[in-house]
Amino acid sequence: MAAVPMEHGLVLAVVLFGMGLTGVLVRRNIIFVLLSLEIMLNAAALAFVVAGAHWGQVDGQVMFFFILAMAAAEVAVGLALVVRIYYRFNTLDVDALSEMRG
Amino acid sequence: MTLIFYLASIIAVIATAMVITRSNAVHALLYMIVSLLSLALIFFTLGAPFVAALEVIIYAGAIVVLFVFVIMMLNLGAETTARERQWLEPRAWRGPAILAAVLFVELLVLVLGEPAQLGSSAVVGVKRVGVALYGPYVLGVELAAMLLLAGLVGAFHLGRPLAPDDQREAS
Repeated sequence: MAAVPMEHGLVLAVVLFGMGLTGVLVRRNIIFVLLSLEIMLNAAALAFVVAGAHWGQVDGQVMFFFILAMAAAEVAVGLALVVRIYYRFNTLDVDALSEMRG
Repeated sequence: MTLIFYLASIIAVIATAMVITRSNAVHALLYMIVSLLSLALIFFTLGAPFVAALEVIIYAGAIVVLFVFVIMMLNLGAETTARERQWLEPRAWRGPAILAAVLFVELLVLVLGEPAQLGSSAVVGVKRVGVALYGPYVLGVELAAMLLLAGLVGAFHLGRPLAPDDQREAS
């Protein structure tokens, strides 16, 4: 169990976070942007759990619980906004939303 | 245990890379589920079974279903049937199926392997997490409950039918 060094778990979290960040920056479909945000949140939660497991403390898992609740609330509101945007602009392109009015 | 961790890590990285490079949202969601399941296996090997179960139930079970539901809502149209048939092609689900099969083999190894591996002292059990959640962190749990309630109200408000003047503005 302890054979997995903490650094390797943290490296995995960093790689996943970087992929999520790349997705947020590169993709133009708003659904993919939300998916990439989920990947980033998940990677951050993974870092918490890896650190908690390394020291045998529960705090890492407790933080995962809070991140999970936050991700659930965020995705509910975000997807409701996506539906609203699609019905108003008939597109999911984030670049089409660059002009705010009213 | 170590080998399973690294194998699941490789699957997670591959699946995540596929998520951010697909052009079809449903294909990306299939890979997203595989990525979340491999992360659940990683949590399990790290000795966090409570978090592994939450990852499967809430991320792969609830959040991804929300995404699927929204994609279904946005794809109402005449071409939906043809697109549905195209999604069911073996090319679409072959990659996720292979990755998920590797995860399944790892799960079998874990379940059928020596029980001593699972009963390691490094496991932080569900009971300790629950005691911590409802002990020193009870204020955070209440705040999370209020956040979820706010998310529920917000999603309901945004998802309500358009008012007549809004519709005129949109058209």
